[in-house]
Amino acid sequence: MSVASSGKKGVADAANPSAGWTREDIARRLAQDIPNGSYVNLGIGIPELVAKCVPEGRTLVYHTENGLLGMGPSPAAGQGDPELINAGKRQVTMMPGSAFFDQATSFAMIRGGHLDLSVLGALQVASNGDLANWSTGADDAIPAVGGAMDLVAGVKHVFVMTTHTTKDGEPKLVGRCTYPLTGRGVVDRVYSDLAVIDITERGFELVELAPGVSFELVQERTGAPILRTE
Amino acid sequence: MIDKRVASPAEAVADIFDGATVMIGGFGEAGSPIELIHALIDQGAKDLTVVSNNTGTGLVGLAALLRAERVSKVICSFPRTAGSTVFPDLYRAGKVQLELVPQGTLAERIRAGGAGIAAFFTPTGVGTPLAEGKELRVFNGREHVLEHGLRADFTLIKGRVADTHGNVMFHRTARNFAPMMATASEVTIVQAAEVVDAGTLDAEAIVTQGIFVDRVVHVGQPQLESALNEAGASYP
Repeated sequence: MSVASSGKKGVADAANPSAGWTREDIARRLAQDIPNGSYVNLGIGIPELVAKCVPEGRTLVYHTENGLLGMGPSPAAGQGDPELINAGKRQVTMMPGSAFFDQATSFAMIRGGHLDLSVLGALQVASNGDLANWSTGADDAIPAVGGAMDLVAGVKHVFVMTTHTTKDGEPKLVGRCTYPLTGRGVVDRVYSDLAVIDITERGFELVELAPGVSFELVQERTGAPILRTE
Repeated sequence: MIDKRVASPAEAVADIFDGATVMIGGFGEAGSPIELIHALIDQGAKDLTVVSNNTGTGLVGLAALLRAERVSKVICSFPRTAGSTVFPDLYRAGKVQLELVPQGTLAERIRAGGAGIAAFFTPTGVGTPLAEGKELRVFNGREHVLEHGLRADFTLIKGRVADTHGNVMFHRTARNFAPMMATASEVTIVQAAEVVDAGTLDAEAIVTQGIFVDRVVHVGQPQLESALNEAGASYP
């Protein structure tokens, strides 16, 4: 995954190529829902885009689980410190009011419910809120989990930011995850290139459609029923 | 008079024995005690169990220790790193065992080990493959999994500055696992870029207290994985 800027729309509708949200659009839409002053952990990769899309006038405090609260953007070329990095092992900066801490403290922030929001990518999200985002379970894969299971177990709210389907067109929002789980019943809301969808006790529930996208299209590309309350 | 200084990385790691469990600080290259790891490669101990968050990059540091086939088991949270093939190749060849642990559970297991706590319950990992076969118990209506404290024979960590009593301060995100690991070992070895007399450091700002540290070795210009990899280095 890369956070490199891409203006390309998802292929939401072959007949209407401008339909749907770009990655930046998804990040911008998600960022609207984060209250001022929130303590936020952004997952490695696409979720990092959210930091660039926070509405003017709001200040969020970014936590990176390797031990920094108050993370700032990438340093200017040549200004970085190899030992001032984020969880993706990229060099970052620190904002005024930052603090460093060890791993036990960092995960006390996560597991103790002190962080307000975790934004993560997904391989699959099930209609009961189960999340799979760390392994496809393939035999030759090297399993690696990092802090994902801690984040979904401990952070107050978990948002998923993802394409609605895989590159092969398979739904990522499903009735039941087939990949190994990261956590059970942990996702609150999904922001995709097609829609914003809540996970409720009744399953997937539509919050908002991306511009030019029909409910029927979203339902067709989702592996479980979506409720629509209007 | 207390003076925990030793003359060299080689002297600091001389008694690490075959079959030892060794905790190694670092998150990526931040905090990785490269000089101590290289001294351990030179020293030759094998069949080691290594507890560390990652498995190194390139052909230096932790990756070099693995490549030298001195490690029979790794306990870590994220053994995959872009551009790193040493661990994946050994793992696929069946030459190294992996115990995969969620990062927060790894930190807490080490913290518990150092604090005399045998085991604890956490919701992290419940319902996932990493909780399979482990005891579950419901607290406050929520399932938790039993995880055991972790201890080691030796810990290798990197500090920015240490004093002769073994008090240590770290550099930014290089701190990561080091303070917990220092508490959880029989012998904790610190390499520090600066070593000062006891009484020099601000006692309010000390991160790891000397009681947890056994040996301090001065490494004035510590190497970094990224710089070594850019130069195409491999060790030995």
